[in-house]
Amino acid sequence: MSYLVIKGLSARLKGIGVPILRDVSLSVNAGEVHGLVGESGAGKSMIGKAVLGILPTSIEITKGVIELDGIDLLSLPPNERRRRIGASAALIPQDPLTALNPSRRIGPQITDRLVDILHWPRARAEARALDLLAEVQIPDPARVMRSYPHELSGGMRQRILIASAFAAEPKLIVADEPTTALDVTVQKQILKLIADMQARHGTALLFVTHDLGVVSKVCGSLSVLYGGMVVERTPIREFFRSPAHSYSRALLAATPKYTDPDASLTPVPEAVISAVQAEVAAFDRVLQGAHHG
Amino acid sequence: MADLFTVEDLHLSLPDMTRKPLLGAAPRIEILKGLSFTLPRGQILGIVGGSGSGKSTLGRAMVRLLEPTGGRILFDGQDITHLDEPTLRPLRRRFQMIFQDPMSSLNPRHRVGQIIAAPLSLHGFDNTKAKMLDALDHVGLPRTFAARFPHELSGGQRQRVGIARAIALRPEFILADEIVSGLDVSSQAQVLNLLESLVKELGLTLAFISHDLSVIRRLCSRVLVLHQGLIVESAATADVFNAPKAAYTRDLLDAIPLPDPDQVWA
Repeated sequence: MSYLVIKGLSARLKGIGVPILRDVSLSVNAGEVHGLVGESGAGKSMIGKAVLGILPTSIEITKGVIELDGIDLLSLPPNERRRRIGASAALIPQDPLTALNPSRRIGPQITDRLVDILHWPRARAEARALDLLAEVQIPDPARVMRSYPHELSGGMRQRILIASAFAAEPKLIVADEPTTALDVTVQKQILKLIADMQARHGTALLFVTHDLGVVSKVCGSLSVLYGGMVVERTPIREFFRSPAHSYSRALLAATPKYTDPDASLTPVPEAVISAVQAEVAAFDRVLQGAHHG
Repeated sequence: MADLFTVEDLHLSLPDMTRKPLLGAAPRIEILKGLSFTLPRGQILGIVGGSGSGKSTLGRAMVRLLEPTGGRILFDGQDITHLDEPTLRPLRRRFQMIFQDPMSSLNPRHRVGQIIAAPLSLHGFDNTKAKMLDALDHVGLPRTFAARFPHELSGGQRQRVGIARAIALRPEFILADEIVSGLDVSSQAQVLNLLESLVKELGLTLAFISHDLSVIRRLCSRVLVLHQGLIVESAATADVFNAPKAAYTRDLLDAIPLPDPDQVWA
């Protein structure tokens, strides 16, 4: 059974009503990795934020269903919803420097959530944090617990955030561009680590990225987004073998590949963009018709 | 063809402020540890390396935003290693820079036209308006964009403004430091194609700093691979990719995730 199910999720900017998400549906099973791909502004991060209940206050969900473990989050009262998300889902953020508080030591930043929200005894939370730091291959976890973020490298900080995301054994993790700030050799280690941890813990993972290379390494399936709309949802091999949507094909053609020296990078052609924009507009018309009719 | 840049045994160290004692001088970290290479006119040189390898520091030394602590940099035969700012000023027109983040390198309160024209008037050009519009044409932006503010543009368009500002002065050399790393693949492809045609059209020499070897392969004729402040490999692009000599280059190549689910990623 799918752990996360999103059905017909739509969201818009409050006030002027600009649509941000348009009828997004997808599901992620336990132990599965689903990629959300698209250019900036496509709404891929917004889906992850909607699931975690951390959408910017300027954006409102207008309709749709987000189910975690069979329970519709949007129908719950806010307190109950937050408790449920907090207990069963976690985030691996993009920028490991801004995600950690610079003026606090690493240890409490990992254990806070366990102690304050899940009411674990401090000793148990600390033991768990040490185990996890060892699991994400951090040398000398006890010393790192006492360190401040600035004393650690970018890769180390991202490892800490991964450990911290897995701390309360969440059933679902949203990873929002977790390796964009890292250089390639470190990115490779971190991606392998996330994949390892996810497989070992049987977590459902929603992986937001703009990099089709990264997607092909970690995801089992993916959704391609444009203008807040899913234009293609497909298993990973299918996507790279024969992308169904013209926009997906154009995105693949624009992705550089160092093994192919003759491939000139082709920007997404204007025609493809107008076609996919027309699709989005057509969708909006149908939606408006439904409202007025 | 003459070499535009000759770099000999370049050393550069900076004070490490995180380890500065309360009294007394901070210990210095050696960032560049003796680099030598030449850059012939008309070439596109790729500079790659992981974070902390010194690639940006090398670039900044070449355009003399930083002063080397040892070695020599010759620009068009002239030693610019320790020139002071007034002597450098007339030379600065000839080597320009494009920055990584166009949002923070374009003044948000100035219109695109002002942004591009400012260095022109600074260097005493006349007809700055015509030259500014000409630069917009070159980077494929409509002339009406001169009246816009940076926040009204997309990431790719902003980066074009950065390029327009650099080429407006008709420099001989441009340093491009990670200029596509913040862009989506489609805008990245557009900016790379633009840069390539400008190099041909205007006879530019380019140093292109990137951590992305796929982009380097697409654009550059020669590649320097930097690791911990040293050049570990310097070769023609095809050789670097087909027969990498340094172990570090192989690591870098192996770490690139290809858009291909069958790639074995050991």
